[in-house]
Amino acid sequence: MLHYTLSRLGLAVLIVSVAMLILFSMIYLIPGDPAAVALGPRATAAMREALRIKMGLDQPVWVQFWNFFINAWQGDLGNEVLSDRPVSRVVLEQLPYTLALIAGGMVWSVALGIPLGCWAAVKRGSLADRLVGVLSVAVIAVPSFVVAIYALLIFAVSLRWLPAIGAGEPDDLGDQLVHLILPSIAVGLGWVGYIARMVRASMLEVLEAQHIRTARAFGLPDNQITYQYALTIAILPTITLLGVGIGQMLSSAVFAEIVFARPGVGKLVYDAILTRNYPLVTGAVLVTTVLFVLINLVADLIVGALDPRVRSSF
Amino acid sequence: MTVLSIQNLNVTFSTEGGDLHALKDVSFEVPERRIVGIVGESGCGKSTLINAILGLLADNGRVSGGEMMFQGRDLSRLSPREMTALRGPQIATVFQDPMGALNPVISVGRQMTNIQYRSGLSKAEKAERAVAMLRRVRIPDPEAALARFPHQFSGGMKQRIAIAMALMMEPALLIADEPTTALDATLEVATIELLQELQAQIGCSVLFISHHLGVIAELCEDVVVMYAGEVVERGTTRQVFNSSRHPYTERLLDCDPARQSSRTRHLPTIPGEIPDLRARPPGCIFAPRCHRRAPVCDTPPPEETVQSGHVARCHMVTP
Ligand SMILES: Nc1ncnc2c1ncn2[C@@H]1O[C@H](COP(=O)(O)OP(=O)(O)OP(=O)(O)O)[C@@H](O)[C@H]1O
Ligand SMILES: [Mg+2]
Repeated sequence: MLHYTLSRLGLAVLIVSVAMLILFSMIYLIPGDPAAVALGPRATAAMREALRIKMGLDQPVWVQFWNFFINAWQGDLGNEVLSDRPVSRVVLEQLPYTLALIAGGMVWSVALGIPLGCWAAVKRGSLADRLVGVLSVAVIAVPSFVVAIYALLIFAVSLRWLPAIGAGEPDDLGDQLVHLILPSIAVGLGWVGYIARMVRASMLEVLEAQHIRTARAFGLPDNQITYQYALTIAILPTITLLGVGIGQMLSSAVFAEIVFARPGVGKLVYDAILTRNYPLVTGAVLVTTVLFVLINLVADLIVGALDPRVRSSF
Repeated sequence: MTVLSIQNLNVTFSTEGGDLHALKDVSFEVPERRIVGIVGESGCGKSTLINAILGLLADNGRVSGGEMMFQGRDLSRLSPREMTALRGPQIATVFQDPMGALNPVISVGRQMTNIQYRSGLSKAEKAERAVAMLRRVRIPDPEAALARFPHQFSGGMKQRIAIAMALMMEPALLIADEPTTALDATLEVATIELLQELQAQIGCSVLFISHHLGVIAELCEDVVVMYAGEVVERGTTRQVFNSSRHPYTERLLDCDPARQSSRTRHLPTIPGEIPDLRARPPGCIFAPRCHRRAPVCDTPPPEETVQSGHVARCHMVTP
């Protein structure tokens, strides 16, 4: 397991480094002078030149990249344009809200999707199975911003069961959780469908396997066969899918944060783009990339912990 | 005493092209402490037979007639719950494919203790029994083997672990569905000898399925020859192999590579193929491929007794 963990960790570092290179190239290749953009149209040539030197833009490309790379690994993503605060601090302030949103969406979609998919597979061909199938496709087909808007209109505006906007009082955990319900439904609903379909498909495959026949031939209880012998294997592709799907969840988080006027990285990026606050956009994208890589790392480690074949192939 | 007595067993699968009559009037017995072999070409219904015995037929299959008496109880009349209780402690099974027969993500020790859940033993006692059994099938370092996973063992070792799991239950009947087919020849011999030795120690009956005549002749005391879902001949191994009466058995023996007197490039084969089991002919099922076919063969053949215990289902049996 140690070997496997180290190799996954090494890969994660490599991916983040490559992402930094790509991000740097994109900033570098975007036409226009960052110093001029930062200072606005009324700046003098001397002011621009001074800022260029301060930002290191007079250095050769590779020095610029190296500085960017070293600084980024140390958590220094430069200062944002409007308030001159460190980008990393601004992004990290918003990050917990987005993490809570994604975690909320993921927890409840997993908690619902896995049992539904499992149930559909065990009752293959039954009415329940077909119902799960139709519902899965339906929730996958609805875009998450539509879910967000309807959830807002129905449960917050019409029924007034749940709060409509914001993230709740900063020091009231209960209030924050209540504010999390609707946005996390918007983020997670489609995933219930994905997970249910995925689990159903891999369960059906695993239930046909020889070793399941062996387990039955030894008279093991049906529940143990379904949940211990089959689901442990059937769950593996779903965990990998979730790791990759976190990117898609991040993009639905952007919509959810805008619709529900929630703080968060998505809202931050949205506002930063509107105000052309490029250092902030770059920093937020990099942080999101790291988040994506970290979650995939966790997914890989879970798969490694569950599947001895994966562990020992490293 | 007979442990298992199958009488006129019929199994039907519903398929898109109509009902498939996979087993037709299958009858044979497995006496106590005896090893009975079932032999026949691929697709003749060997696996279907053991799935019917175990109550593990596919969803589209059903027992459409006959009875399977196991220690005085008809298996086809037991509830699923009673059947589950029999599988393992009473009837244990070793399957064909050693590569896929064990769960890949559960350690060998855990799989071996899980199947003892009805024994009432403590966790340590269960592990102890697992170790003892692994030692008997000659798995090196059995204590350490408990913590390992199936992919860390070779094919032959996996098959011995599967045998250990089955015999650890001390069943009245061991069913082995082609347990050696996936192994190479030397391993096959070793596995057969191991099975023979353990069977003698434990004193269970064995239903041994194979399409390898040499293995059957080596291991089994009685033989049942199946063709297209029917028992065409059965008797002691000596009776069936030395004085076979059914043309299919004769052909099967002729085609056995081990029996070729001279080295040939081309093994003889039985011309023709197994008929479509969805449309069984009214007469003898083997008639279309039979070298001794006569007009009478278009009517259902009777089960003729050749000698005590030796029967063949054929019009042409001359006692
Ligand atoms: N679930 C099923 N649905 C329809 N037909 C089936 C089903 N299972 C088996 N059959 C048919 O029943 C017949 C017997 O199959 P079975 O698997 O029992 O043969 P076998 O003797 O075990 O063959 P092999 O030596 O290849 O394992 C075949 O014609 C097969 O196509
Ligand atoms: Mg078979």
